Amino acid sequence: MKKNDSFFIEKGYFGRFGGIFVPETLIPALRELEKAFFKLSRDKKFQKNFQYYLTKFVGRPTPLYFAENLSKKLGLKLYLKREDLCHTGAHKINNAIGQVLLAKKMGKTRIIAETGAGQHGVATATASALMGLKCRIYMGKEDMKRQSLNVFRMELLGAEVIGVDGGSKTLKDAINEALRDWVTNVYDTHYVLGTVFGPHPYPTMVKHFVSVIGKEAIRQIKKVSGRLPDVVVACVGGGSNAMGIFYPFLDDKNVELVGVEAGGVGIEPGKHAARFAGGKVGIFQGTKSYVLQDEDGQILTTHSISAGLDYASVGPEHSYLFETGRVKYTYAHDDEALSAFYLLSKEEGIIPALESSHAIAYVVKNADKLKNKIVLINLSGRGDKDVMQVRELMNKNE
Amino acid sequence: MSKIKDVFKKLKKTKGKAFIPYITSGDPDCEKTLEALEIFAENGADIIELGVPFSDPMADGSVIQAAMERAIKSGTTVKKTLEIVEKFRKKYTTPLILMGYLNPFFAYGFEKFSEEARKKGVDGVLIVDLPPEETEEYSEILKKNKLTQIFLATPTTDLKRIEIINKFASGFIYFVSVTGVTGVRNALPPETSAKLRILRTNFKIPVVLGFGISGPETIEQFHNHADGFVIGSAIVKKWELASKNYEEKQNFIDFIKLLSRSCHGK
Repeated sequence: MKKNDSFFIEKGYFGRFGGIFVPETLIPALRELEKAFFKLSRDKKFQKNFQYYLTKFVGRPTPLYFAENLSKKLGLKLYLKREDLCHTGAHKINNAIGQVLLAKKMGKTRIIAETGAGQHGVATATASALMGLKCRIYMGKEDMKRQSLNVFRMELLGAEVIGVDGGSKTLKDAINEALRDWVTNVYDTHYVLGTVFGPHPYPTMVKHFVSVIGKEAIRQIKKVSGRLPDVVVACVGGGSNAMGIFYPFLDDKNVELVGVEAGGVGIEPGKHAARFAGGKVGIFQGTKSYVLQDEDGQILTTHSISAGLDYASVGPEHSYLFETGRVKYTYAHDDEALSAFYLLSKEEGIIPALESSHAIAYVVKNADKLKNKIVLINLSGRGDKDVMQVRELMNKNE
Repeated sequence: MSKIKDVFKKLKKTKGKAFIPYITSGDPDCEKTLEALEIFAENGADIIELGVPFSDPMADGSVIQAAMERAIKSGTTVKKTLEIVEKFRKKYTTPLILMGYLNPFFAYGFEKFSEEARKKGVDGVLIVDLPPEETEEYSEILKKNKLTQIFLATPTTDLKRIEIINKFASGFIYFVSVTGVTGVRNALPPETSAKLRILRTNFKIPVVLGFGISGPETIEQFHNHADGFVIGSAIVKKWELASKNYEEKQNFIDFIKLLSRSCHGK
């Protein structure tokens, strides 16, 4: 045994946020993962392999699209980073491919993951099918109802989808169940956590795999407009698509970064998922971050029209960026996101995911302030998965 | 000398093992919880483990998850849990440790929690999601308030890891017999005895066995290999019936007595 085998290489903190708050059973697995990640993230062959799949399988680089019609309407220059054009329909595949490749290198034979909207589940099921690994996805029963099409897609890809009945039957409960599975099957299983959340090394590792989004965007926007954008906007659930596009811009202090959370139907307990508006610092699912909780420290249920943003906490680095003020966090309500969903569909011929619609809603709402500016939105996913739900909402409102 | 140290010292003389029953605070309500604690104390418990409910208990199986849900529904908080302990202490001296997840203690204010816990008669805490990596600032506060801090060891705990845990642990080590969540198992892994031998040789404090213990059979099987036994889910399951049904209560008391006899070798 090597001398430092029982220590982590890093502590996984972003300011006072982050860390490794897990039961002892998971410590060796996280240590092993950290070690493998740090080694392979510097390994040229592994990176080349990852790049290969991003190019040939995912379809990277994704286009940067100038949304001409909407730009005219809003009086600004709107660019969309088209992550919705990634294979499987959202940015989630970048992280899933990275982690499943890593798991395979580590000799793991079984993959598990949680999913909210189903996009991360589909991405993980896809990556597992590609690499020939067994795959099980945990999904809240409420989310399974909202996203039944994605459940069927995962099953087509050979994954087993387990409905989670505990708690609020949404993403947080799916994560609990995935963690319980991992605690139990820690020797042969890798847990593909889908966002920049959870215990170290996940926030750092997932950021590594998704920051390709921002790196490409910088290159692309410099090419078409000769300079960096004035504002970059992304929706924030756990925060992976936002971290993916923000991170490469962090040092460019002139670029304003805006994260848009789910305002649900109002900023009252249980009605939203705007952690920076209604939460406080706590320890939840392995990390210290902003958490929606009651005064006794019990985690609150959340609400959002989009399953992918419907979560009680947020990646610890976002909490850090919130407190340092580098990123401005705000929220959009369900109805605002829905209007933006219709708007982009009709104006640009692009049906966005309800998650990404929150970012669009921010730009629509603040068009006056953003006049003539170059605005970049991370269009994190496409809305095919949401059309049934939107139709139901339309029928209900008629 | 701490009360917990005392327990193991005394047991050494009688060749008995520590009997450590578990119940969730507020399951199904605070009054009934006090009753369960009294049944434990009256029927041979050496140390009592009282769980503080949390909405997202990631290391717990379905039985304790359900108990915590019942407890939260009945309005049980850290504050109310401490009140239960205070009432219990009016009659009993049995050492008591609180088991829980960090966030409810953190939300209460960890310093305030520790001070009040000591005042109301808590002897120690076991915080499931607070591993040695994160414990330093919290351990200092617990130490200042003379509270014992229990840590977990698992089948994946190696010798280097034991050294790290040794730095912070006091009272006893809680050995999680299986890689998995709490809950009754038909059988424990075959390597459990060997693992216990390694842990007991290398930890400075007693090692008790928990997770998956269904009843007297498991206790008898490992009687020579552990310093004590934590029985959780098996008790919580029986308590769910006993707390509602008067006739079941005697069965519950008999079960506690049986477990106690198995631990104490009588």
